[in-house]
Amino acid sequence: MRTMNCDVAVIGGGPAGLAASEAAKKEGAEHVCIIERDDHLGGILNQCIHPGFGLHTFGEELTGPEYAARFVQRAKQAQADVLLGTMVLEVRPDRTLLVVGRKTGLMEIKARAIVLAMGCRERPRGAINIPGTRPSGVYAAGTAQRLMNIEGEMVGHNVVILGSGDIGLIMARRMTYEGAKVHAVCELMPYSSGLGRNIAQCLNDLDIPLLLSHTAVDIQGEERVEAVTVAKVDDKLQPIAGTEITFPCDTLLLSVGLLPENELSRTCGLALDRVTNGPVVNDHLMTSIEGIFACGNVLHVHDLVDFVSQEAANAGRYAAQYAMTGVVETQEIPLQGGEHVRYTVPQKTQIGPVTIRFRVDRPVKKPRIVVERGGVTLYNKPKMVCAPGEMETVQVDITPAKEETGPIVVRVQEGEK
Amino acid sequence: MSIRRFPCIQCPMGCALEVELDEAGTVVKVSGFTCKNGREYAINECTDPRRTVSSLVRCAGGHIPVPVRTKTSVPKRLIRPVLEQIRCTEAPKGTRLGDVLIHDVAGTGVDVVATRDDWNE
Amino acid sequence: MVDCVIIGAGIVGCCTAQMLAQYQARIVVLEAKSDVAEGTSKANSAIVHAGYDAKPHTKKALYNVRGNAMYEDLCARMDVHFQRNGSLVLCFDEADWYKLEELKQRGETNGVQGLQLLKRSELVAMEPYVSEKAVGALFAPTGAITCPYGLTEALAENACANGAQFYFDCPVQAIERTEHGFCVYAGGQRFETRSVVNAAGVHVDEIARMVGAETVDIQPRKGEYCIFDKTAGELVRYTLFQLPSAMGKGVLVTPTVDGNLMVGPNANDQDSKEDVATTGEGLAYILQTGGQSVQALPRQAIITSFAGLRAHSKKYDDFFIGEDAKIKGFFHAAGIESPGLTAAPAIAEDLSKAVADFLNCPLKEHPIRTRKGIARFNEMTEEEQDAAIAKNPLYAQIVCRCETVTEAEVVDAIHRTPGATTIDGVKRRTRCGMGRCQGGFCMPKVAAILERELQIAPELVTKKGGRSTLMVGPMKEDAPCVQ
Repeated sequence: MRTMNCDVAVIGGGPAGLAASEAAKKEGAEHVCIIERDDHLGGILNQCIHPGFGLHTFGEELTGPEYAARFVQRAKQAQADVLLGTMVLEVRPDRTLLVVGRKTGLMEIKARAIVLAMGCRERPRGAINIPGTRPSGVYAAGTAQRLMNIEGEMVGHNVVILGSGDIGLIMARRMTYEGAKVHAVCELMPYSSGLGRNIAQCLNDLDIPLLLSHTAVDIQGEERVEAVTVAKVDDKLQPIAGTEITFPCDTLLLSVGLLPENELSRTCGLALDRVTNGPVVNDHLMTSIEGIFACGNVLHVHDLVDFVSQEAANAGRYAAQYAMTGVVETQEIPLQGGEHVRYTVPQKTQIGPVTIRFRVDRPVKKPRIVVERGGVTLYNKPKMVCAPGEMETVQVDITPAKEETGPIVVRVQEGEK
Repeated sequence: MSIRRFPCIQCPMGCALEVELDEAGTVVKVSGFTCKNGREYAINECTDPRRTVSSLVRCAGGHIPVPVRTKTSVPKRLIRPVLEQIRCTEAPKGTRLGDVLIHDVAGTGVDVVATRDDWNE
Repeated sequence: MVDCVIIGAGIVGCCTAQMLAQYQARIVVLEAKSDVAEGTSKANSAIVHAGYDAKPHTKKALYNVRGNAMYEDLCARMDVHFQRNGSLVLCFDEADWYKLEELKQRGETNGVQGLQLLKRSELVAMEPYVSEKAVGALFAPTGAITCPYGLTEALAENACANGAQFYFDCPVQAIERTEHGFCVYAGGQRFETRSVVNAAGVHVDEIARMVGAETVDIQPRKGEYCIFDKTAGELVRYTLFQLPSAMGKGVLVTPTVDGNLMVGPNANDQDSKEDVATTGEGLAYILQTGGQSVQALPRQAIITSFAGLRAHSKKYDDFFIGEDAKIKGFFHAAGIESPGLTAAPAIAEDLSKAVADFLNCPLKEHPIRTRKGIARFNEMTEEEQDAAIAKNPLYAQIVCRCETVTEAEVVDAIHRTPGATTIDGVKRRTRCGMGRCQGGFCMPKVAAILERELQIAPELVTKKGGRSTLMVGPMKEDAPCVQ
């Protein structure tokens, strides 16, 4: 078996991996290697052909492939190495990777630091256990997106979409643009988990109904989907008898959530956060195993790629520093979500400035975001609105609370209605 | 006099915009925005709504299509004709990111450009 | 003219074909669906039952215990996963303890070896996550698990290696009796044969009626299941049953040979022989009932659910096996419900012998007795992986991320005889798409490989044959261009 040494091994050549590798090179790491399982860099951005990327980073709205191309360019200019068509089979705690690829065959990579940037995957039909037959024509929205936007294949003519996540919304417009009829987008919750702008542009513009508090209760058709029945749900999210609507259709797209793809992290023994399903990290984005860093959707599912790139650049920088010095900060104060806060990333930090990202557990109107430790309030600012579909970011300096004990708590206070 | 309420789509903030229009459809008052772009969008959305259109075109190089977009936004009411012209277009083999594939699509004055290189071989 | 037409390529049909192919007989297997194991054989508990449950002296009891004893050797020769993990029948109430004793008694009458009653402390030592409410259990060490569709595929391949021919998408429309035996009309073709084995699962009654043989009316009885992610696979080590009821062995919780966790089935009689839809109530019932066997079911780890039909014989409440009383050369394998998978090798042994006797054909001198499965990348050592890649570079191309399946395995599955022709066919043979993303990533890749290897257009790739297409045509071509 071949072996290779590198300073920073970056697993995944999507937006996170690209930004991390560029940053690692710029920080001074000599040999940075991106390991990408696909034949192209760019990851899922390649199939996101719609505009809406890069407003924060470039001040203009790019499509996914354009955003990817800029970061590919930057990673190449920084002279990061790339292994395409190469899959990481195993990450070991001693920072050895076992990879397999067309060019390399089976190969062991010994890395001084590792950046996990594997992205996320979609929850399948089974995860929400929709009853009914098991015909063809039931797709995860992203799978359908790949088939259409990369392979150029039409996946159906009459469509129902379950879940109002962003991919589902984007696909409603995409399929309509290609001549399909999208009958409805159904959302289990009383609010959409997608971005407001996507509801406006992808549904409202095209008169596609959004059925809130609805779920699929039956799929019909032995061979190909023939109909999907949806029903209204009560406040316990249980279907209400008598509210069923049956849509004759040939396709059901599922946009029912994304999960960080942590198979490698799990076998490696990293501590995972039960809420994010990603690794637990400190403010340097280092996981529970020294020298292994995580960023992007493998850490927690983002809604904006710009934030993925920012986060990943930090991870790349810290990974490079570790690769060069082998030094880690050990002081770790726990960071916790309080009222209305589902999770925080990082989950641990040290005294000093830190970027905290979090999500709320339900829409909160006129909220006030508060960060405190013991009796010291570190951050207290009002906002227009917080919604579960939109990740929040706050910059906080922990220094004023360095004499306090206990965890740092982030909470969102509901304002006057 | 009428009032239109809609979310801003300029950025993920999704501000709740409110636009007051008189009988002639002229904007009288705009509120709810939190930035300059939002104000502009609110006015445009009531007078001349526009969208950037993205889609795919067939490629002479093989079965993998080439993604495209309108270089800037086009009037919302012209989305259909724009899509129709995109549908009838074929990208030449070896198309590169940024190549103009359609000049002045559907009479909008806006070009359609490739957003990625041709991936076929 | 062939010697035997076997109707149905499920576990019983394929096992009979495999054993009959050891004789000098020309064999044709007719299957209505596009692949082997497309009916009950792909959708069942995958348990090789010990045999304590069946009523003594019934065919179910006899074939169960005999079949169980044959499994280990058969699976070894067919290169199929088999694990004698043992079964536990849980008792939740001291008042029911006598039922466990009765079950043990019955098992011993049936000839089941090693049955043992366990007190709670012994039970917990063996199965730490067992329900707090379980007061004890009957332990059957001969209980086992296997891969039912994997075994069916393997048997079909071995039958083919010994000369049997399979016809798919070939539903039997009519059977005529002729001077020399039978003429079977199926899928637009005629097959002249000296004998017929009716192993058509839930459809055996329709087939028997075609030829005027004794008809065993089939009552389709649906069972629903949930499969859990491999992260939940180690929740239990043994197959956990609850005390059985009149409708069956109740809801079980079991590990699978592939390392997943499975819960099910319920039992509901229905008229349709095709309806294998799951229901909200059914899934809720199995999760609730099965959940009682363990401390907690990790419901968030469910990756898929499915349903299968048991071919229950209303008349006999037992298997109906052997030559028809009136029609010579017509053999029944009817009413094969649980423990049908376990019993299949024993049933096939008897049937193949009976058919061979009827045909008066001797054993082949050198039949191929073993079959080699697809060499699985994720089961190889690193040295083996290296060697496999050196020999076939497609072993370096991962197609399915969740299950680490390579392109070499997919191509192998397609080019076997009988080979995979559909997404589901590839999935059952390679596990592509059986992982936690359920094909979200690999389905487009598998479809592309099927297109390439079978030289078909994308819109002809199906999930499971028939009209189960995935793509409906190239984009931009579904409407004419208006210039």
